[in-house]
Amino acid sequence: MSLWNDFVGQLPQLLAYGLVTASVLGLGAVGWSFLYRIFNFANFAHGDLMTLGAYWGLLFNVGWRLPWSLAFPLAIVATIGSALFIDRVFYRPLRRRGSAVLLISSAGMALVLRNTLRLFWGQSVHSYDLGFHQAILVLPGVRLTPEALIGMAFALVVTLGLFGLLQYTRMGKALRAAADDLDLARVCGMSLTWITRWTWVLGAGLAAVGGIVLGVEQHLLYPLMGWNLLLPIFAAAVLGGLDHPSGALLGALVIGVGEELFGFFFPNYRPALALVVLIGLLLWRPAGLLGGRS
Amino acid sequence: MKRPWLAALAALIGLGLLAAAGTLNLERWGSFAIFFVIQASIYALLTLGLRVQWGSTGLFNLGVSSLFALGAYTSALLTKSPIASAGELAGAGLPFGVGLLGGMLVASVAAVALGAFTLRLRGDYLAMVTLGAGEIIQLILMNEEPLTHGPEGLRAIPQPWHSLLSPRDYNFLYGVIVLTALVLGYLLLKRLVRSPWGRALRAVRDDEEAAEALGKHVFRFKLQAFVVGSALMGLAGGLYAHFTTFISPADFEPLQTFIVWMMLIVGGSTSNRGAAGGAYLIWGLWVGTSVLSGLFPSIWAVKFAYMRVIAIGLTLQWILIKYPQGVWGERRRSRD
Repeated sequence: MSLWNDFVGQLPQLLAYGLVTASVLGLGAVGWSFLYRIFNFANFAHGDLMTLGAYWGLLFNVGWRLPWSLAFPLAIVATIGSALFIDRVFYRPLRRRGSAVLLISSAGMALVLRNTLRLFWGQSVHSYDLGFHQAILVLPGVRLTPEALIGMAFALVVTLGLFGLLQYTRMGKALRAAADDLDLARVCGMSLTWITRWTWVLGAGLAAVGGIVLGVEQHLLYPLMGWNLLLPIFAAAVLGGLDHPSGALLGALVIGVGEELFGFFFPNYRPALALVVLIGLLLWRPAGLLGGRS
Repeated sequence: MKRPWLAALAALIGLGLLAAAGTLNLERWGSFAIFFVIQASIYALLTLGLRVQWGSTGLFNLGVSSLFALGAYTSALLTKSPIASAGELAGAGLPFGVGLLGGMLVASVAAVALGAFTLRLRGDYLAMVTLGAGEIIQLILMNEEPLTHGPEGLRAIPQPWHSLLSPRDYNFLYGVIVLTALVLGYLLLKRLVRSPWGRALRAVRDDEEAAEALGKHVFRFKLQAFVVGSALMGLAGGLYAHFTTFISPADFEPLQTFIVWMMLIVGGSTSNRGAAGGAYLIWGLWVGTSVLSGLFPSIWAVKFAYMRVIAIGLTLQWILIKYPQGVWGERRRSRD
C-alpha cells in the first residue's frame, strides 16, 4: 500500500502539474476544434504548428536577443502568417475535395514543419532566455516554478480573452455563426476569405500561445514537443464534444490532470491515457461529454 | 509526354542509381539491386494493404507502422529458436510459414479490435484512433521487455532454407520468396477488387448512405476491408523480420506510415498497379537520394536526412493538388 500512500501524499502536486499540462492542452484543443468545426478539417499539423510558434519565439528571443515581451508577440504574429501562407498554398486548392484529402495534406505538412525546424535548430533541446528559477512553494505540498505559474496565468488570460471575443464582438458572433453552419453563413453574405482568415488567426494564434507557454513552463523546446500533444488534443476536443470552445477546455482539464494521475501509476504508458479516453468516449458517448450533436 | 514530371522523377532515380554504381563496385551492384527489390516489394505489400483500406473503401488508417510491427514481432517470436542464447529472448521454434500466418493473424485481430470501435463513426475518428494505436504499440515494444526485448529488439531471427545457399547468395532466394508473396497478394487483390465484394466496397466508399439503402451491410464491409488490408500489412511485417533477421522499435516509427501513404497517393490509391508501382517509385527515390547524400560531406548528412523528408512531404502536397488520381489511378470513376 505504500504506492497508494505516496500517491495520496503527492496528490496536490500531481493536480498542480495536471493544471500546467491542461493550460497548454486547452490552448491547442480550443484552436483545433475551432478549425475542425469551421472547415470540417481534422488538422494533423496542429501540434507542429504549436512547435512552430514556440520556435519562432526561440528565434526572436534567443536568435535575435529580443526581450520576451517583444519576442513572444512577434512569434504569435509570425505563426499566424505561416499558417495563412500554408493555408493559401497547400490547403486552399484542396478545400473542395473533402476532409479526407485535407487530413492527408495536413499530416504531410506536420512532417514538413517538424523537419524544417530540425534543419535550422537541430534535434537537440533549446530553451528561452528567461533565466532559471527555482520551484517555489505555492500551496502546502505544491511546488511550481514561477515560469509555470506565469504560463498558466497567461493561458488563462488568453482563453478568457478569446471567449470574450467570441461572445461579445461582431466578429466573434460571425465566426460562431460560421462554425454552426458555414453554408448558411455564406448565404447570409459572409465572405469565405474573411472567415478563413480569421479562423486561422484565432486557431494559429492559440497554437502559437500554446507552444510558447509549453516552452516557458517546461523550460525546454524540442522538435517533437507539439507532435506529442496531438493525441491528447484530439482526446480533449472529442471529450468536449466539439460544440463550443468551453467544451474543449473542459476536455483539456480532464486529460491534463488524468495524464498526471495515470502517469503516476504507469509512468511508461502516460501517453496511452489519451487513447484509452478517446476509445472509451467513442464507444460510450460519441458526441462528447457535453455535446448533443454527433 | 503526358506526364513530364514523371520523366523527371525517373531521371532523378536513374541519376541516384548511377551515382550508386559509381561508388559501389560492380560486384556489389547485383546484390544492391536484389536488396532494393526485396525492400520495395515489402513496401508494395504494405501499400496494397492500404489500397484495400483507403483506395477501395475510404478507411483512414494512420497506424500502418503498428500493423507492420505486429506482423514482424509475431513472426519473429514464433520462429525464433526455443533455446535462449545470452541476452536474447527464446521463441517458439515454429516453421517460417507458421510465423508469417501468425503475424497476419495477430494484425487481423488488432484490426478487428480497432475497427469495432471506430468504423461506425466518421472517418476522422478512425484516423485518430489508429494514430494513437501506432504510438501505443511503440510504447509496448519499448517497455515490455519479456515480450519484445525493449529498445534492443529481437536478433537472430531465422531465415527459411538458410543452409541451401551461401550467405552471400541467400538474398537471391529470399528475393524470390518476397516476389512470390507480392505477386500472390497482387493477384488476390485484383480478383477481390473485381468481385461483387470489391464493387460493394467502392459503393461504400463513394456513397455510404446509398450503399446502406441498397441493403449493403456497410459496417461489415468496412470491417472486412480493414482486416484484409491489415493482414497484408502483417504479412509484410513477417517478411521484413526474416529478411533483416534483426528488428527493433526504431524500424516501426510513425514515419513508416507516412512513407506508405505517400507511395499510395503518388501511385494512385484506386489501382493495384498504382499501389505497387508507387511503392517502387518512392522507394527508388528514397534510396536514390540516400546514395546522393553520400556524395556530400558528412556534416551535411544529418541535414540531408531532414531535407529528404521535407522534399517528400512537399511532393505529396504537389501530387495531391495536381494529380488527384496519382500516376496510375483511375481516370474515370466508371473503371476500377
